[in-house]
Amino acid sequence: MAKSGRKAKTGGSEGLRAISRFRLSDILMMLFVGLLCATCIFPFLHVAAKSVSGNSAVIAKRVFFVPIDFTLDAYRSIFADGSLVKSMGYSVMVTAIFTLFGMISCTCAAYPLSRKRLKGRGFFTLLLMIPMYFSAGIIPSYLLMKDLRLLDTMWVLIFPLIYAPSNMLIMKNFFLSAIPDSLEESAFLDGATNVQILFRIVLPLSKAILATLSLFYAVGRWNAYADNMYYIKSDALKMVQYRLYQMVASATEAQTTTLSEAAAVTSTPEVLQAASIMFITIPIICIYPFVQKYFVKGTMVGAVKG
Amino acid sequence: MKKSSEKGTAVKTTWRKALRRDWQLYLMLLLPIALVCVFNYAAYPGLRMAFMNYKPAKGYSGSEWVGFRTFQKIFRDADFLRALKSSIVFNLLDLAVGFPMPVVLALMLNELRFRRYKRVTQTILYLPHFLSWAVIGSVAYAMFKPSTGLINIFLMRIGVITQGIPFLTEKWHWAVTYLLIGVWQSMGWGTILYLSAITNISNDLYEAAMIDGANRWKRMLHITLPGIRSTIVMLLIMNMGRIMGSNLERLTVFGNTQVRDFQYQLAVYIYEKGLQSGKFSMATAVGLFQSLVGLALVLISDRIAKRLGEEGLL
Repeated sequence: MAKSGRKAKTGGSEGLRAISRFRLSDILMMLFVGLLCATCIFPFLHVAAKSVSGNSAVIAKRVFFVPIDFTLDAYRSIFADGSLVKSMGYSVMVTAIFTLFGMISCTCAAYPLSRKRLKGRGFFTLLLMIPMYFSAGIIPSYLLMKDLRLLDTMWVLIFPLIYAPSNMLIMKNFFLSAIPDSLEESAFLDGATNVQILFRIVLPLSKAILATLSLFYAVGRWNAYADNMYYIKSDALKMVQYRLYQMVASATEAQTTTLSEAAAVTSTPEVLQAASIMFITIPIICIYPFVQKYFVKGTMVGAVKG
Repeated sequence: MKKSSEKGTAVKTTWRKALRRDWQLYLMLLLPIALVCVFNYAAYPGLRMAFMNYKPAKGYSGSEWVGFRTFQKIFRDADFLRALKSSIVFNLLDLAVGFPMPVVLALMLNELRFRRYKRVTQTILYLPHFLSWAVIGSVAYAMFKPSTGLINIFLMRIGVITQGIPFLTEKWHWAVTYLLIGVWQSMGWGTILYLSAITNISNDLYEAAMIDGANRWKRMLHITLPGIRSTIVMLLIMNMGRIMGSNLERLTVFGNTQVRDFQYQLAVYIYEKGLQSGKFSMATAVGLFQSLVGLALVLISDRIAKRLGEEGLL
């Protein structure tokens, strides 16, 4: 009891909360949440440890969360083979183009639709929101892409999804709730045009939401590969996640490596797969801590219903 | 609700005046409108395939109309019925297990005492949302494989089991693993909307309750939970639309021949029948059925919620 009392003093200096004492329920909740966090970290630690461990230690099942017989052979093979590196570069490019175009089309929809005086606003909103609730499905979309001559091109991974109704809604709600009407009205009366207002007033005030939605676009594109399954046949145009999926899918049936002879693979398939997983996941894990402080704020403001 | 407020604020202007004043805004709108027209609305006419015996070689004009015969055919198709059953069962289970979890977690995160601990745990819990199913699937295999999976190795080491548990290769085990991984993936991110709703609850309510002697449990039950009720209802309605559709990436990454019975859901059916076997009409009909049922479920649950006095979604 004495111990928990001390803890309350150090941690509970935040007004209201300080009134109540630190109890058993606090410890239980902290433990529970901590346990869930462990389930998010330890599997990746395990894979990371495996990816830099020696073959014999992995085969002997001695590797848990700490690497044994540290070696970077598997990563060396990945780089020597080059195909995964190449599709990584390709994925980065697709993701970058997608995010840029996505943000432009999202802003082009969200800003006009957030202007209450816009004539025909209800109609345009409806027009731009229906695709969120009703989609034609895979086959009609597939045939449409075929007619548009987009099958098996990079652009089929970009154009169909750059306008995302859900992101538009978040941005529109942010514009509606976070930017006071009076600010724009006065600028408008001073003779500023709509575009000037957007670039000089609205966008500078919306950095949090811009960062958030860019992240949503980037992560959405980076992670999704169902459209690769539908539309892409050439290996060179497949995104890296799809390559990983194919590796996993083939590895569950038979333990084969997908790397070429040139890679001079010495690692076991298991180690190699672990290294591939880490190779693909590390970019996300690296940028994640830097952007996460924005998206929590951004989503919270944007999520306000309106 | 939205309509009325719009009518209230919109000043009557003629189109000519509106265009002259806001031409830049309309110009901006052209881009997203062109995109939805070309990539979304242009696909809708393709739905007529569901009512045709569509042959890719003949195209739309050469294929014959068959009315609802394709639908009659799919409802006699054993594969479809199995996929429909698995879809409904698994998505209902997903909803039952996966929906309450973020609510519970958000309530807990809100009660956590140390700011920093709360922030760090939140950041970690969001992480699975940012990883693709390919990554989650391959990590899951590293954890759950019968002989080389970490969990089985650990359990065998401490002597609880002598043979690996087939977490992902036997259908009943698979069902549980599949559901739990789904919950795990979505629980952290799911808390965001609830946490934002909680920050909107006035502190005065909590202060008053504390003065009245309400303990933490009572405050949670009578202030926090009612405070996020409309968010819960809104998300529940949105989730109703997903009862028919499943995530193809999640299903395929955990797919193998031993668990085909449960893994073969509508998303897999459409993908395999349509794109792999070229049965375009059947796959389109199933897709249309799926979309319409999903839409109907959203509209019906929204209506029910409104009748029960909730705010609803639309």
